[in-house]
Amino acid sequence: MATLKSDLPQGTLDLLILKTLAVDPLHGYAIAQRLEQVSRGVVQVPEGSLYPALHRLENRGLLSADWKETETGREAKFYRLTRKGRKQLEAEAASWRRLSKAVGHVLAMADGGTE
Amino acid sequence: MNWWLRVARRKRMEEQLERELRFHLDQHAGDLIARGHAPDEARRQARLSLGGPEQVKEKCRDARGTRWLEDLARDTRHAFRTFRRKPGFAAVAIAILALGIGATTVMFAVVDSVLLRALPFPEPDRLVTLHGFNEQFGDFWGFSAPDLDVLRRASGSLEIAAWTYGGGTISEPGEPEYADGRLISAELFATLGIRPLHGRAFQPNEDRPGAAPVAIISYALWQRRFSGDPSAVGRTLVFDGKPYTVAGIAPPSFRLSGDADVFTPLGQSNDPRMQNRGSRFIHVVARLRPGIALAGAQSELAAIANRLAGEYPKSNQGIAMRLHPLQQELVGDVRGTLWLLLAAVGLVLAIACVNIASLFLTRSISRGRELAMRVALGAGRGRLMRQCVTESAVLGICGGLLGILLAAASLRPFVALWPGSLPRAEEIHLGGPVLAFAIGSSLLSGLFFGLAPALLVPLQSLEAALRAGGRTIAGSSRRGHSAFIVCEIALAFVLLVCAGMLGSTLLRLSSLDPGLNVHNVLTARFAISPGALENPAQIRAAWEEVLDRARRVPGVEFAALADIVPMREGENSLPYRTTVAPLPPNREPVALASCVTPDYLKVMGIPLREGRFFNDYDREGSEPVVVVDENLARHAFGGQSVVGRQLWIPAMGDTPVQIVGVVGHVRHWGLAGDDQSRVRDQLYYPFAHVPVRLLHFFSSVMSIAVRTKTPPLNMAGPLGFALRGADRDQALYEMRTMEQLVGASLARQRFLLLLFGVFAGIALLMAAIGIYGVLAYLTGQRIPEIGVRVALGATAPDVIGLVLRQCVGMVLVGLGAGIVVALAAGRVLQRLVEGTQPVHAATFAVTIALLLAAALAAGFVPALRASRVDPVKALRQE
Repeated sequence: MATLKSDLPQGTLDLLILKTLAVDPLHGYAIAQRLEQVSRGVVQVPEGSLYPALHRLENRGLLSADWKETETGREAKFYRLTRKGRKQLEAEAASWRRLSKAVGHVLAMADGGTE
Repeated sequence: MNWWLRVARRKRMEEQLERELRFHLDQHAGDLIARGHAPDEARRQARLSLGGPEQVKEKCRDARGTRWLEDLARDTRHAFRTFRRKPGFAAVAIAILALGIGATTVMFAVVDSVLLRALPFPEPDRLVTLHGFNEQFGDFWGFSAPDLDVLRRASGSLEIAAWTYGGGTISEPGEPEYADGRLISAELFATLGIRPLHGRAFQPNEDRPGAAPVAIISYALWQRRFSGDPSAVGRTLVFDGKPYTVAGIAPPSFRLSGDADVFTPLGQSNDPRMQNRGSRFIHVVARLRPGIALAGAQSELAAIANRLAGEYPKSNQGIAMRLHPLQQELVGDVRGTLWLLLAAVGLVLAIACVNIASLFLTRSISRGRELAMRVALGAGRGRLMRQCVTESAVLGICGGLLGILLAAASLRPFVALWPGSLPRAEEIHLGGPVLAFAIGSSLLSGLFFGLAPALLVPLQSLEAALRAGGRTIAGSSRRGHSAFIVCEIALAFVLLVCAGMLGSTLLRLSSLDPGLNVHNVLTARFAISPGALENPAQIRAAWEEVLDRARRVPGVEFAALADIVPMREGENSLPYRTTVAPLPPNREPVALASCVTPDYLKVMGIPLREGRFFNDYDREGSEPVVVVDENLARHAFGGQSVVGRQLWIPAMGDTPVQIVGVVGHVRHWGLAGDDQSRVRDQLYYPFAHVPVRLLHFFSSVMSIAVRTKTPPLNMAGPLGFALRGADRDQALYEMRTMEQLVGASLARQRFLLLLFGVFAGIALLMAAIGIYGVLAYLTGQRIPEIGVRVALGATAPDVIGLVLRQCVGMVLVGLGAGIVVALAAGRVLQRLVEGTQPVHAATFAVTIALLLAAALAAGFVPALRASRVDPVKALRQE
């Protein structure tokens, strides 16, 4: 099982968190679950790095946080995308698409070359 | 949330972090239970997948960006705890540092106020002084009144003002008192850009002969005589027998080359020298007009000087004019001394830092286990260094603060100790730049002695330390320790050599023959009653009576008058020649001329070499005669017999004067300065031959000198009483014994020797303590090795030799480095302190011996301890 999951490339955790929060505010545990679901278990999200990343993004002003009640009636810290965060998300997503497209091209070319 | 809020709400943020993580764990565990896990197992898995709550918390704290501040607070607290646990170490380090910082701060405060800070005038960098210059005398400050007039009218680039020395007795209001005065031109206040505190400055129409007498008085005199009453302006002050209307009060900080109390208009002066183009006795201060550069003004002055030389070749040929920044002039020769002392004090501070660094190194090695433990627990090298540096910075700041307090307490006493008057002394204080300097240097010192050990103890050896129990790493730090000792020895050596040079200089200078018998001679300036100065006959009679009364004071052996007194301020240099044919102007040799009464030779105890000195037959109208000193006889006549030969002295008229005697040379310029002075020939002429037109002027400069049978200072009271005159308006002032004057002529050398001696002593002591500490430590580390040696048959002397050899090795390297630096420092000293000779081999030898002795003494205790090592115990220790 573990061999099928690959490590998250450096710096992509931030992008994934921002994307996850694009729709509605979530608390940390929900973010972790959402990431797990969305990436269909392919990407191993290190839970230990999740919270430091959240705090870092909050300090950079990309996220803001409020304490709110969950449906079970407990207080939890909900993270929300700020306007700055949304801009950052768009920029990073665009650059990620460019990069993955370029990598895809290169890989296709290499395939053609060897066969 | 911004950074500051994050710092301020640290506690709340910690709580929230805790709650957030707990929520996560509970949720995760809840989900797992819902999927059928046992509660305990669920909790364990949740914890595992999060990866340790404490580690996560740490990372979150890092993400906050306030981490370093929290670390700093923690490290500071830790530092204080460490110091409390070892108060002796902290106290020694802080005391050493406080001394170093305190001394450096005092010196820097003086340097800052005197040399670096701008003068307290508006646009101070546009203020200049004018000097005359010719090849014979070099640079000199004087201008003559007629030249000044030309200068004023011709210069378009300079606002010119002038002043010269004066003085007289204030007889009203209050008790008669002698007061120093300055004659100033009307423009002086405006040129400097200052205003009187009350009243007004002089008007141009008051600055000319015959105008109504007005005076500006000093703040001190205003307080003393008028108790600071503003209505003093407009009142009458009787000064030098003349009623002056007080026009203004000078601001308290106003000084012109020393303190003066009465300022009068220069243009009103009836000094006969005012008419003489050759009498250069006026100081010229000027302000560059807007848009004019120094070079432009300089070239204009060159043209004016050229024109004057063409028009008045007799007095002005070969005389150029030069501009200097005013600040440079005011500070004068103090500059060198101050930088020298700052450098010396800096050396002491450097030694102090090296010493503390070596203490720190020793301690950080003995704390090796603690540090190694921290490394094992995950502290990075940077983090460890930060902790070390925080500790030393805390120490540095404590030492610095204490040092600033020390400096604040000792600044005034130090300035008071300065020989003579320190220029701008009243401006010296611990200002912002000085405090910044003190705090900066204490932080830098702290960084230095914290970083040095941290860099010298490699991390690997710390790990080794953990394994070996903190014993085997001594070798790696030995080089670090040796480096500290080498530095200390080198620095101490430099200071010791400088102190040695100054000491031998002082010894040599003190043993010089001043050329006169300095014991039992009292000299004083004398303000004669203004009432006696009405006509020449009366003046001569008044002086005759003064001498007569002085002679009759019990205990007085001889009494004489003189216009200049050896080794005291004041001089009168006259050109002379040995032929009737005039030499090119300003090419004539110059002699120091003293106007004296017949008993002068007996009062001063100057030896008569040939012929006779003056007697009562040398009176008004008799043949003009002079007595010369052996220097003049040698220079002018090449050592032939000179009695009966003639000299032409332009200042005394066109007729020649006859030489009637030769006397010994007197070190007029001070024991130290006489050999370097430009005017070394001396001649004497009788007071009786002073021409009638100059009698009034000479009466204001004559001093009285008496030879006494008892200690001369005991005579001061009776003499003053006997000479106060019928109207009680005559006063003796600036009373000095010749011994005091001789002593004062070496005051600079003595002062420097005192300071360097103290610095060198401190340096030697610190070096010895440093050597002791390092050797004790290194030897302690080598005990197992020594145990093996003893077990193999080494005797006690062998072991002592082993330790001392190590010590001598370090000292020799330090001496090698020290000698190079000391040679350079000696050059500087020689240039800055008059009378200093090149470094003697003997000075080096003595200093080396002293340092070696101190090092051996410091090393002997650890060596002895090592020699008593019990091999069995030592080996068991391993």
